[in-house]
Order: sequence, then structure tokens, then C-alpha cells
Amino acid sequence: MLAVRDLDVFYGDAQALDRVSFDVDEGSIVAIVGANGAGKTSLIRTIAGMIRPAHGGITFRGAEIAGWPSHRVCNLGIGQVAEGRQIFPSLTVGENLEMGALLPRAREKRQQQLDRVFAMFPILEERLKQTAGTLSGGEQQMLAIGRCLMGVPDLVMFDEPSLGLAPAIVQEVLRTIRELNREGLTCVLVEQNVAMSLKLANRAYVLENGRITLSGTGEELLADDRVRQAYLGM
Amino acid sequence: MISLWGDMNRRGQVVVALALLLLLVAPLGATRYVLSVLTLILYFVYVGQAWNLMMGYAGQLSLGHALYVGLGGYVSAALWVHFGIGPWLGVFPAVAVAAAFGAAIGWLGFRFGIEGVYFALLTIAFAEFTRIGFDHIGFVGGAGGLFIPYEEQRLGQWWNLRGSQLFFYYLAFALAAAAVLLTALLARSRLGYQWIAIREDETAARALGIDVFRAKLKAVLISSSMTAIGGVFYAFYYNSLFPAQLFDMGRSIELILGPIVGGTGTVFGPVVGAFILTPLGEILISVTEHLGINAPGAKAVFFGLTLMTIIYLVPTGVWPWLSRKLGLARRRP
Repeated sequence: MLAVRDLDVFYGDAQALDRVSFDVDEGSIVAIVGANGAGKTSLIRTIAGMIRPAHGGITFRGAEIAGWPSHRVCNLGIGQVAEGRQIFPSLTVGENLEMGALLPRAREKRQQQLDRVFAMFPILEERLKQTAGTLSGGEQQMLAIGRCLMGVPDLVMFDEPSLGLAPAIVQEVLRTIRELNREGLTCVLVEQNVAMSLKLANRAYVLENGRITLSGTGEELLADDRVRQAYLGM
Repeated sequence: MISLWGDMNRRGQVVVALALLLLLVAPLGATRYVLSVLTLILYFVYVGQAWNLMMGYAGQLSLGHALYVGLGGYVSAALWVHFGIGPWLGVFPAVAVAAAFGAAIGWLGFRFGIEGVYFALLTIAFAEFTRIGFDHIGFVGGAGGLFIPYEEQRLGQWWNLRGSQLFFYYLAFALAAAAVLLTALLARSRLGYQWIAIREDETAARALGIDVFRAKLKAVLISSSMTAIGGVFYAFYYNSLFPAQLFDMGRSIELILGPIVGGTGTVFGPVVGAFILTPLGEILISVTEHLGINAPGAKAVFFGLTLMTIIYLVPTGVWPWLSRKLGLARRRP
């Protein structure tokens, strides 16, 4: 579904991504794990069209999308739940969701998606008229996911969805991702929380200093000595 | 229009209907002076609303809106004075020229990521350059000004904007009402939502797939076009145009004070702001005269103090506070 080939990204002279290649199969969950500053967010932003790669290819369902502007990428069906959630704190929950449905591809399915989001996160319907900034961290994450779903994505990239959330809430977010995946959504999960994302993923990649250094199924990486030492503290 | 009306509760609808009715019948009881003040207020509602669309909704700060007033005024006045082309026709090239300048500023700013105060500097620079440029364009009178001559035989030709004070009052009323309606419609439109998303968080807006460049450019185009129509009104109402007066930075500030005091990003903020500030200015003139304070700038000092007090008391603007107090609106979008 998504194929990334030899991606190079620079910020000025500093190289953020170095020949990064990976594949995402339709219907799968792919985890990309790595420490802070490994280039995870740069990778998501490059795929989303918010950063131009210096070199390399990004193919989504046969279309070569490297260098496309973000609004075109989004309208192809690639959504993202950004790091730190990026909800609009001074707008209401309803308005936040509305903002997710501005894509041309989402226009006609607005009501249908809204029903789907409310079915999945009943709390959002309860808090519809409340300003988003007053929600708890977990609720804000639900809102960020719900808003992304309003754009009717086929693939969603989750950037650190566990960041700053209590362990119980993290479990809930992961359950949500698994549930969405079961309904057919392809997921790319970018995380510092290595153990939990490897358990969830069909396939996983380790990103270090802008390079993919390891890849395999989630279970393989969980059993790998290097991963156990570097990321799991075992 | 339906959405604007529907968004207000009963009390809000009554207040708006009463205000409209009062403004419609105001000329019956008003002196010529009061009518001229009301006309000025409605003019500031109109241009303030145009600025509010760009700043209050799309979050793009322009401190050079006098540019569009000046261009609209000069183009329509020059066409009338030199070629006898009436303002009803001249308004189209006037809008086109102002929109072209708006597009140039927008393109430069948004294409090259000039944001916030730096974008504001760009708008000031354009207004100032244009002012200096117009000082040297002999065709429109240069620094000496351009005058729309008083012609007895044209008096009452309202279609050429040669009408009476009463006519200009109703014209300003129509413009202001149209601007409020347009703002209400846009605020609830897809474009309005795109603007609000950009205003709140541009990166998040991009992540949601909003074409940020396009939406911002539309904001500048709509705002500059609207403001240019205000310029046409200005030219034919005052009949004299000076670059130093029209393009002056003070004019840009004067235009944006109403929406700021009233509340940016709201439909009625610029209305309330204009109805507070313009009369305040008039009152201060008569008060300082009455007290015999003839020191230059006395009025400006009092005006500034009053502004500071208002901003201190209601930092998000008078309208959000007022509508909450009176229980008029449900919530601002």
C-alpha cells in the first residue's frame, strides 16, 4: 500500500533521514520505533507532505507522492494523528471534528463518519459543545483520532500516541488502534514506547539516527537481543 | 443568513432587529451632523469587517489596509474625473487593482513563509511605498491631491454617487449590513472553517489536509476587494483624495481599532467597536473644545487612555463580553 524508498531528508546541513526504506501492507499495523531524535516525526511529516525529501520515493497505491503538498497527500487517504495531538484547544469538540472533514474526499461522508466517531468515542458526543482545551489528556487523544477519522483516511500515521498519557489511558488508545485496524484501517505507529508497539505491530522497524537498523515482525524484534538491551532494558 | 439568524437566541434576534429598525428610521430624527457621524460609523463597520475577515478569522495581521481604501478610491475617482466613468462601473477596476495588490502581498508573504508580525511589516511596506508612489503620479494630482469637482447639474445623480448626505447614509448602511451578512456566511462556510483552523494552528491545519496557501490567499483577496469598495465610497463621499491622508499608516490603524475593541473573529465585534469608537472620538472633540483644552493632541491622549481602559477591562473585545452579559448569543464560533 505504502512503499518508502531511500528517503533522504535534511534540515539545512543536518541529515534527519538517511536512505530510509520500508513497506506498509494494506490492513497491517507497522511500528517504527526509536529513541527521541531518531527521525520518527521527520519521517511522518515527510510522508504527509509537510517536509520535502531531498531524495527518495514514496509510493502510495501506485501513485508517486514524494514532494506532493500535504493537502493532496491527505486527500489521497493518508491521515495523521500528530505528536502532541495538535487539537484546537479554544474551539469546541464539535468544531474540532468539523475541521477534520474539510477534505474534498470527506465532504459527502461527513455525517456517516461523525456517527462512526461517536460510536467509537461516546465521550466526544457528550462533550460536543465543550472547548477542547478543557478535555483530559486521554479525551484529547480520542478527539485527535476522531478528527483524523473525519477525513476518511485509509492509512493513519500515529505519532507518539502514548505521549504524556497515564498507563491505563495508553492501553485504551492502543485498544482503539487495534480496533480501527480490525475495521480495515492500515496503521503506522511511531513510538518511543517500544515494548507496547512491538506487541501490537505486524511488522516493525527500528530507526536510529535517521537510519533503519533493524526490521522484522513485532515478535522477532521483541526477541532480538539488541532490541532487548537497547530499548527494553533487559 | 439563515444560519446567522438561527445561531442567535430570541433575545439576540430582537436586539438585532431593533438595531436595524433604529438605523433605518434614524434619518427621520437625526440632524445633519448626527447623520454624518452615523455614516462614518457604518463606513467603519464595513471596512472593519473586511479587515476582521482576514485577521479575526484567517489570523493574518494586516496593518496596511489603508492601501486598499486608497487604491479603490483613487482608481474610481480617476476614472470619473478623467474619463467620466461612473463609480458603479469604476468599482470593478477599483476592486481589481486592490485585489491585485492584495494578491501580490499574499503571494509574497505566504509563498515565502513570512508570518505574523513580519507579514504585518510587509503590508505596511506596501502601503507606504504606494503612498510615496502616488505623491509622484501627476495624473492623479500627486501630493496635491485629486478632487472630484462639484457640478451643479449632477447633483442628485445618486447612480453616480452624487447624492445627498441621506443617500450616503443609506449606502453606508447597505454596505455595512452586507459586510456583516457576508462575514456570518463565511464564518459558517468551509472556507471559514479552514481560516479558523489556520488561525488556531497552521501546522495542525496542514496536517488536516487544508490547502493553507490557497485559503490564506482567498482571505487577502476577499478582504482587499471589500476594502476597495469602501475606498470608492470614501472617494465619492469626501470628494478629495490626498496620498498622505489615504495611505497613511494612521488610517490603517484607525480602520482596525473598531474590530479590535469590539472583538476580532466575531460577526458583531466590528459593529460594536465602530459604534463605540467613532462617537467617542466625536465626544472627545466637543469635550476638549468645551473645556478649552486646545493643546494639540489632547483629543488623541484621551482617546488613547479610553482605548487602554477598554482593552484592559475586556481584553477579548467588548462584543463577546456584552453578548455574554446580555445573554444574546450562544457562543462565538
